[in-house]
Amino acid sequence: MDIKKRAAAGTMESSDAYVEIEPASQGVSLELESVVLNQFGEQIRQTVLSVLAQEGVENAKVRIIDRGALECVIRARVEAAVCRGREEA
Amino acid sequence: MSKVVNSIREAVRLAGLKDGMTVSFHHHLRNGDYVLNMVMEEIAALGIRDLCVNASSLFDVHLPLTEHIRNGVVTNLISDYISGGIGRVLSTGILPNPIQFRTHGGRPFDISTGKTPIDVAFIAAPTADPMGNCSGKYGPSACGSLGYAFADAMYAKKVVVITDNLVPYPMQDFSISENYVDYVVTVDAIGNPKGIVSGTTKITRDPVGLVMAANAAKVIQASGLLKDGFSFQTGAGGATLAAAKFLKDIMLKEGIQGSFGLGGITGYMVDMLRSGCFRSLMDVQCFDLKAVESIREDPRHQEISALQYASPGSKSAVVDSLDVVLLGATEIDTDFNVNVHTDSNGYIMGGSGGHSDTSAGAKLSMIIAPMFRARLPIVTDRVSCISTPGRDIDVLVTQGGIAVNPKNGELTQRLKAAGLPIVDIQELKEKTERLTGKPAPVPKGDQVVAQVIGRNGDLLDQIYKPL
Repeated sequence: MDIKKRAAAGTMESSDAYVEIEPASQGVSLELESVVLNQFGEQIRQTVLSVLAQEGVENAKVRIIDRGALECVIRARVEAAVCRGREEA
Repeated sequence: MSKVVNSIREAVRLAGLKDGMTVSFHHHLRNGDYVLNMVMEEIAALGIRDLCVNASSLFDVHLPLTEHIRNGVVTNLISDYISGGIGRVLSTGILPNPIQFRTHGGRPFDISTGKTPIDVAFIAAPTADPMGNCSGKYGPSACGSLGYAFADAMYAKKVVVITDNLVPYPMQDFSISENYVDYVVTVDAIGNPKGIVSGTTKITRDPVGLVMAANAAKVIQASGLLKDGFSFQTGAGGATLAAAKFLKDIMLKEGIQGSFGLGGITGYMVDMLRSGCFRSLMDVQCFDLKAVESIREDPRHQEISALQYASPGSKSAVVDSLDVVLLGATEIDTDFNVNVHTDSNGYIMGGSGGHSDTSAGAKLSMIIAPMFRARLPIVTDRVSCISTPGRDIDVLVTQGGIAVNPKNGELTQRLKAAGLPIVDIQELKEKTERLTGKPAPVPKGDQVVAQVIGRNGDLLDQIYKPL
């Protein structure tokens, strides 16, 4: 099921991540801003893509502002944004 | 005779400042300092170039200095600490020569030996008299101790005192005496009191910080050093202050009277003095209003020079009599080397200050730091910059366990016997990375932007321009 509306989850606090998701028509696009881009940029991308795949999201525009969140936090924030975007939460 | 001159510009001219010379500044006015910028503006206007600035610390208020660097007025920089905003600009390599980082003890030592001679020292003085006797304890811009300025005053070829509170000769209770001073200049304000001293730093309420603080206090208690005559230095961070609070509780409960508290002094150390935890405070710099008031009013609270505080060349320095120091770190490696100079991307955001001096002197030097900050593990294979060598660090306290430098076999046994959670530093690193993931290494550039010179003059490390 695809994203129906623009939705967001998380905060800009240190050690958290703010995730925005919105409908798209041609695949997944990911925009990432992170205070630990050099150290964890690739790992964060992989985390986000794996959550989207697990949720069956094939088309979406995702924007993440990461403030040094642990992987479990990023997963939770992306899942919450997806649920809200599908009007499930 | 009169030493009072009409303007900073006249003082600079009279002092004979010329191209290629060295000027110096002290940092007790911290991020409220006006003096460095005022002086450098006059120097630039006089067309003097190619100067070395030896400043005990630089703060973001000193960002205009970067323009003087770009314009060739300043080509060399010596400092003990450079805060993150100006540090970021300096990290891009705008200086033609690498910054020379020294320590709060190494700087005055090198000034006293002539290794880093000063041609003209500018002393920001919250109160002075017309002959140059001066003090930081009084006046609208009071900052307390003038500890870092003593070596500059004693050894510079020319000394200019700049004040916004000129009082009749002779002022009472001066710190730096007239025999060192050539010129006195009055200005409207030497600094902004809001930036000079902070309000009271709050003790952390963060549960992670409190766990670390409680463990740190227990380490001190179990170390065998906490007895009558105990001496102590701590930083002004929320977690180290919390550790001081726990320590105070233990000292009061057990009726232990320490000999002295050392350092940069906060209101919290003043509380410990007043409640009987120490007989004395030895103060090279005041961090807050309560400390300024105390050094002015309480004879047990004593001003010390940086030479007496930490110089490796003094016949003795107070750090040599220090039992325990609590310090922070941005990174620590599995050999216990500590970085307090650069951030996770390699930009300058600090400096040793007294970190490596107190670590070298203290019987027990402890680092308090969380296992990770914003996903970045505190323990690495190799710190990106060695600020304090691992041989001088004894213990790392985190919320995930306490790592003891393997050189301290006896301490390890004591802490284990006290039931403290001792962990091998390599295991702590792996435990942390299971939570954070393993960070990719950050590549360094080729250009050396700073040299980190240890307190004994050895080159500890070099800082490279981030890519």
